[in-house]
Amino acid sequence: MLQGWVIVTVSFAYLGVLFAIAYTGDQRAEAGRSIIANPYTYALSLAVYCTTWTFYGSVGRAASSGVGFLPVYLGPTLAVALWWYVLRKIIRISKAFRITSIADFVASRYGKSQLLGGLVTVIAVLGVIPYISLQLKAVSSSYTILRHYPQIVMPAKAEALPFVQDTALYIALILAAFTILFGTRHLDATERHEGLVAAIAFESVVKLLAFLAVGAYVTFGVYRGFGDIFQRAQELPPLRALTTVSGGGYGTWAFLTVLSMLSVMFLPRQFQISVVENVDENHLHKAIWLFPLYLLLINVFVLPVALGGLMLFSGAGVDADTFVLTVPMAQRKEGLALFAFIGGLSAGTGMVIVETIALSTMVCNDLVMPVLLRLDRLRVGQRGDVSRLLLAIRRLAIAGILLLGYVYFRVAGEAYALVAIGLISFAAVAQFAPAILGGIYWKGATRAGAIAGLSAGFAVWAYTLLLPSFAKSGWMPTGFLTAGPFGIALLRPQELFGLSGLDDISHALLWSLLANGGAYVGVSLIGAPSVAETTQAALFVDVFRHTHATGPSRIWRGTAPVGDLLPLVGRFIGPERAREAFLAHARRRGAERLEDLPADADLVHFAETQLAGAIGGASARVLVHSLVQEEPPGIAEVMDILDEASQVRAYSRELEQKSRELEAATAELRAANAQLQQLDRLKDDFMSTVTHELRTPLTSIRSFSEILLAEPGIAPAERERFLGIIVKEAERLTRLINQTLEMAKIESGSAEWRTSELAVDQVIQEAVEATGQLFREKEVALSLACSAPHPRARADRDRLIQVLINLLSNAVKFCAPRDGRVEVRLREVDDLLRIDVQDNGPGVRPGDQETIFQRFRQAADTVDGTSRGTGLGLAISRRIIEHFGGRLWVESEVGKGATFSFVLPREAPAPGATAAEAGR
Amino acid sequence: MRRSDRSGERLVATFVLGWVLLNYPVLSLFARPRTVGGVPLLYAWVFAVWVLVIVVMALVIESRRE
Repeated sequence: MLQGWVIVTVSFAYLGVLFAIAYTGDQRAEAGRSIIANPYTYALSLAVYCTTWTFYGSVGRAASSGVGFLPVYLGPTLAVALWWYVLRKIIRISKAFRITSIADFVASRYGKSQLLGGLVTVIAVLGVIPYISLQLKAVSSSYTILRHYPQIVMPAKAEALPFVQDTALYIALILAAFTILFGTRHLDATERHEGLVAAIAFESVVKLLAFLAVGAYVTFGVYRGFGDIFQRAQELPPLRALTTVSGGGYGTWAFLTVLSMLSVMFLPRQFQISVVENVDENHLHKAIWLFPLYLLLINVFVLPVALGGLMLFSGAGVDADTFVLTVPMAQRKEGLALFAFIGGLSAGTGMVIVETIALSTMVCNDLVMPVLLRLDRLRVGQRGDVSRLLLAIRRLAIAGILLLGYVYFRVAGEAYALVAIGLISFAAVAQFAPAILGGIYWKGATRAGAIAGLSAGFAVWAYTLLLPSFAKSGWMPTGFLTAGPFGIALLRPQELFGLSGLDDISHALLWSLLANGGAYVGVSLIGAPSVAETTQAALFVDVFRHTHATGPSRIWRGTAPVGDLLPLVGRFIGPERAREAFLAHARRRGAERLEDLPADADLVHFAETQLAGAIGGASARVLVHSLVQEEPPGIAEVMDILDEASQVRAYSRELEQKSRELEAATAELRAANAQLQQLDRLKDDFMSTVTHELRTPLTSIRSFSEILLAEPGIAPAERERFLGIIVKEAERLTRLINQTLEMAKIESGSAEWRTSELAVDQVIQEAVEATGQLFREKEVALSLACSAPHPRARADRDRLIQVLINLLSNAVKFCAPRDGRVEVRLREVDDLLRIDVQDNGPGVRPGDQETIFQRFRQAADTVDGTSRGTGLGLAISRRIIEHFGGRLWVESEVGKGATFSFVLPREAPAPGATAAEAGR
Repeated sequence: MRRSDRSGERLVATFVLGWVLLNYPVLSLFARPRTVGGVPLLYAWVFAVWVLVIVVMALVIESRRE
C-alpha cells in the first residue's frame, strides 16, 4: 500500500541522499579532491534542462500534439554542436572576469552597467518564477495522485486542501532550506557549489532511470514493444494524427527548435550549470555528445507512453500530463509508481534548486547591492563585515523566490497561465540572445543598444504571451485578445499587425526577437560606445587573445595599496578568505608577504575581480571606484587593446610610409627637373656654340666657292689653292659633325663601348704608328719610354687609340717644326697606369689649363689660323678616360711646353697572361 | 591545435546537417502514414537522425587530439 507516510518517508530518504551527496561533494571540494571535476558529471548536471515539464509534460504534449514535443529536445541537440565556439567563449569570458550570473554577464559586457544587470534580472525573475511554480505544482500534484492509490484521482478534482496541509508549501520550504544550505554556505569568489552540482548530477541519473523504467514497462510490459503500441494506435484515427506533422506544423517545429536552442544556453539555471559551475573548460567537449545522448534517452519512450496511456485511459478523463505516474498505478505497480514519483521529484527539485540559486545571485548582485550601495545612509561600502549581510540577502532572496513561486502556484492553480509557462519562460529568456551573442562577437554593440533591445523584446513578449496567458486564465477580460485593445484589430496580441497562421509561441518569438534584435542593432549603430563599453567589448570579443596574452588589467590605471583593498574585499567575502586570496595572489606575483605587493593597477584589478565574484561586476566596479584613485583609462591604452585601433594605427603607419615615399619621389622629381633644366640650358649653350662653330667653316667654304663661281678667269694655281681650302674646310666640317655626334652620344650614355683588357703599351705603339706621318712631315722627334712591367687596363681599344692620337696630334701641332720634341712615357703609379705626352711647344697658360678641356674652348693664343682643331678633341678625350675610371689633365708652364697626362686603373696581373702577352 | 580547429568546423557542419534533415522540407518527406518495422516513418526518421547527429559529434570530439 502506498500510504501518505510511505511516500513522505521515501521522499525524505531521497532528499537525505541528496543532502549526503551535496555534503560529500562540498567536503571533497574543500579537500581539493573534487568529485565533479569530470566531463560526465558536467554533462549529467546539464540535464537540469529536463524538469518536471519534461518528465511529466512531454508525455502530455505528445498526447496532444504528437511528435510536436520533440523540437524542445532537438534544439539543444543541435545547439550543442555550436557550443564549441559559443559556449566555450562564454565560459572563458566568465572565468576571466569572475562572472557569476547571466545578468552579471550582460552588465559586464556593456561597460559594467548596473541598469542592464537589473533589467536582465527582472526579466529572468518574471519569466522564470512561474516556471518554478510549475515544478511545485507538478510535485504537489504527483503526490496527491499517488496518495490516492489505488484510485486514480486528478488533483483538480481532489478535495481542496487547506493552506497548512498543502504539500506544495512544504515542498517549497524544504527546497528553500536545501538551497540555502548548499547554495549559500559561504561567499565564494567563483560562486561555485560543487556539492550542489554533484547532487544535481545524481538527480539527473535518477530522473532518467525512473523515466526509462516507466517507459520500458509501458512499452514492453503493458504492450509488446514499440511496434505493438504504434500498430494499435494506427487503428484509432485520433491517435494516428499524432505520428505525423500537421499542416502548418513545420513553422512551429522550426520556431520551437530555435527557441529551445536559445533556452538551453540562456535559462538562468542552464547558465549557472554550464558556465558558472563549470570546473574545466575541457569538460565541455565530452558534454557536446553526452548531453544530447541524455536528451535522446529520456525521449525515446515519450510517444509510446503517451499513446499507451491514451489507449488505456480512453475517455476516463485522466490528464495525459500524469501518464508517467498513472499508467503504472493503473497496472497496480506500486514500486514503479513510487519510483516514477521520485523521478518527478528529482526533476522538480533539481530545477528549483539551481534556478533559485541562479536567480538569488542575480537578485542580490544586480538588484539589491546596487540599491544598497547607492543608499549612503547604510554606509555599506564602509561597514565592517558585509559578507554576512550578503549571505543574508541571498538567503532571503532564495526564500522569497520560492515563496513567490508558491504564491503564484496558489493563485494560478489549474489556470492556463501555469500549464503553458514552460515555453513562455523559454521565450522570455530567449530575449537575452541578441545582447549576449551580439556581445561576444560584435564590438560595436553598445549599452544603449542592449537596453533598448532587451526592453523592446521584453515588452513584446509580455504583450504577446504574458497578457494573453493572463487573459486565458480569466484574470483579465479576454475581449482585447479577440478584438484588440481599444478595438484596434491590428494590435491583437496574438495576431499582431494582422500576422496570423502562427501558433502563439512562434508568433511571440518572431515579433519579440525582431523588436529586440532590431532595437539592439539599430540603437547600437546610431550611438557610439563609451570608453568603458569599448574596453569591455574588446575584452569580451577578443577573450581568447587576451586570456592567452596579457591580462585585462593593463587598461587599468588606478592604484591603491593592499592595505586599503584587503579590508574592502574582506568585508564582502570574509577577512580570512580575502587574506588567503590576497596571499595566493602575492605568491603568484613573486612577493613573499602581503606588504610587498606593489600598489598597482594589477592589484586593483585583482581586488575587483574578487569582489565581482561576490557581488557582481557592476557593483564591484562601483565599490572599487569609491576607494581607488583611479585615473580614467587613457585613450591611448584603450585604443591599444582594440583591434580596430591597431588597424587604424597600421593604416596610419602605412599612410606615413606612403607620404614619406611621396616626399622622396617629389624630391627625386625636383632633382630630375633641376637636372632637366640644367641640361636644357646646356643644350641651348651647346646648340649656339655648335652653330657658331659650324658657321665658320661653312662661311669660308661658301666665300671661296662664290669667288670661284664669280671669277671664272682665276689663275689655276689660285683656284687650286681655293679648292684645297674648300676641301679642308669641308673635312673639318665633317669631323666637327662626327665629333659633335660622338660627344652627344657619350654624354647621353648611348655610346657603345667595347671594353676589354688591353696591353696599353701596344695601344700606345699603334697610336704612335698612326700618327707617324704627322711627325715625319713636321720633322718632330718622338720618343717612347715604357717602364711598366705589366701595363694592362680595361678599356675600349679604339677609343683609347682615339685619345692617344688626339694627344699626339695636338702635341705635334703645337711643336715648332724641326725643333719639336715629343716624348711619350708609360709607367706604373701604385694601382694606376700613367701615360704622359710631353711636348716642348709654347705651353698652356695656367688660366687655360682647365678651359681647354671644355667643348669648343681653345686657348686663344695658341690658335693659328690654319691648324685649328674642332675644339672637341680634348673634351671627348677627357670623357673617354673618365669613362674608364681614369683622369686626364695637363701640366704646363708657358714657354716650357706642356705635358698631357692621363691615368687608368691597372688590371691585376693574371698568371699566364703576361707570358701570353709576351708571346704576341 | 590545427586538428582541434577542424573540430569546431566539423561540429558546425554537423549542426547544419542536423538542421536540414530535421526541418522542412526534408522532414515533410517522411511525414507519411507508413511504418518502418511497426514504427511510424516520421518518428523513426527523427530518432535515426538524432542518433546519427550524436554519433557524428562523438566521433568528432573523441577523434580530436589534445
